[in-house]
Amino acid sequence: MKTYTNTGNKDTRSGFGAGLEELGNSNENVVALCADLTGSLKMNAFADAHPDRFFQVGIAEANMMSIAAGMTIGGKIPFTGTFANFSTGRVYDQIRQSIAYSDKNVKICASHSGLTLGEDGATHQILEDIGLMKMLPGMTVINTCDFNQTKAATLAIADHHGPVYLRFGRPKVANFTPENGEFKIGKAVILTEGTDVTIVATGHLVWEALEAAKALNEKGISAEVINIHTIKPLDEEAIINSVKKTGCIVTAEEHNYMGGLGESVARTLAQHTPTPQEFVATQDTFGESGTPEQLLEKYGLNAENITLKAEAVIKRKK
Amino acid sequence: MADIQHLKDLVSQVRRDIVRQVHAVNSGHPGGSLGCTEFIVALYNEIMDHDPSFQMDGKNQDLFFLSNGHISPVFYSVLAHAGYFPKEELNTFRKLNSRLQGHPTTHEGLPGVRIASGSLGQGMSVGIGAALTKKLNGDDKTVFTLHGDGELQEGQIWEAAMYASANHVDNLIATIDVNGQQIDGSTDTVLTLGDLRKKFEAFGWNVVTVSKGNDMESVIAGIKEAISLSRKRTPICILLHTVMGHGVDFMMGSHEWHGIAPNDEQLAEALKQNPETLGDY
Repeated sequence: MKTYTNTGNKDTRSGFGAGLEELGNSNENVVALCADLTGSLKMNAFADAHPDRFFQVGIAEANMMSIAAGMTIGGKIPFTGTFANFSTGRVYDQIRQSIAYSDKNVKICASHSGLTLGEDGATHQILEDIGLMKMLPGMTVINTCDFNQTKAATLAIADHHGPVYLRFGRPKVANFTPENGEFKIGKAVILTEGTDVTIVATGHLVWEALEAAKALNEKGISAEVINIHTIKPLDEEAIINSVKKTGCIVTAEEHNYMGGLGESVARTLAQHTPTPQEFVATQDTFGESGTPEQLLEKYGLNAENITLKAEAVIKRKK
Repeated sequence: MADIQHLKDLVSQVRRDIVRQVHAVNSGHPGGSLGCTEFIVALYNEIMDHDPSFQMDGKNQDLFFLSNGHISPVFYSVLAHAGYFPKEELNTFRKLNSRLQGHPTTHEGLPGVRIASGSLGQGMSVGIGAALTKKLNGDDKTVFTLHGDGELQEGQIWEAAMYASANHVDNLIATIDVNGQQIDGSTDTVLTLGDLRKKFEAFGWNVVTVSKGNDMESVIAGIKEAISLSRKRTPICILLHTVMGHGVDFMMGSHEWHGIAPNDEQLAEALKQNPETLGDY
């Protein structure tokens, strides 16, 4: 099996910041808006280099989303930045009416998604955001796996016309995808091929899926690992082709099992090729305070649980 | 200045369009539409520099955003008379497969609409965004927005009001239709708005009051005064005092006509009070 090297842990939000900084220099239509979390979103470099194109809106996320919608009229490409919770649930109506229904070219960039904001607890975490955003007609939903891919995605979405939800995280995670790699919206990446089980993962659980594949390999089980960085539109063909070979699938995400990647995969398989599936995800619960490591372990969002689910789903094959 | 008699003729025709559209589908919001007729007719026929060969970007044009989207009948009628789309299309208002949705949207591609509205409170923020982009583009045109007074109960309006003054969005003129009515009753009984002039001034805005918002000359003078105050580092608010249902005596001043349609007899009575001037669709 193909193996990957962690070139050093880095946070995905810094990948966003680096991408935004580069866009500031390369695309004069890019503007950035932030709701009092410039440092957390790593937007400082853009703000410092392009003060005329950076808009501090204060603690007023609803206003930020609708201003962003208005700024597209005249050709700007707004990137909004705040925590995932305040980027989605808090402003769902603004996104729905002024951005998605109005088909505005706004890039909603959300950090601190999932549980791994950690000690702040459930008020600042969100495990429903993928579901909220993917249900909006016309919305593209992206969840990147590492620093390099987040930077690449940030650059790619500027060239894609239409509303985009770009989701990334707070903690430092393994950085293993190529530097300056190509990012194709809606195109799954097959990281390692296998024959016994398909593991599709999104976000930083992609690295955990690779670790699980290694552990499975040591037990004589051949796992195919696919990085689903774009949850909508979903690369259904890649998933269907893979399960036709392996006959079973595990989905892994830092999100509620309702409404997330796993549910999109299940719907796809039910329509095209019904397949045993296991879910590595939170089980319809709010988060809680704790270190990111403790939370990932408690909620089973790690290589160990992916390995267990893979072994379980293989037994369900007909 | 356009011929004032022509503008008044247009107002009468637009009022006919409003009641006919709402009657035809037994659905829609005539009260606020009738109250804002002089204002929107004035904007599109006397004030704004705009191009009916519609471009979404609206570069180097004045822009208008209707925040209280439920008064779509008046907006659609004025757009049609201005040449954005055929007047006959008003026949499709609120019907299946129409571009004239109950509340305006870009989704069906109706020329003249640049943002969806209906869920209240977002239009001032959208206007700010468009105004900021005009500044970035070196475009010296003006952005106008219209809001219902009841809409000011939405908190986002005050987020926007705070932002606009703090950031000197002085190419924005936001008009509040002060008719004192909302669905459940008067604004004073539902959730009183207090002294709107003081509130906007406290938020750092310049305020122009139009006490006769259903008098064409007063409306034009008020908008022109607001424009004269623009580009002075302060957003401008027009408090436009109108009468809900103006022009149809049995609808006037009552919240009851906020969102219901006239029956056949009521339609005939409403049309009698607003003579045909420029031809029905």
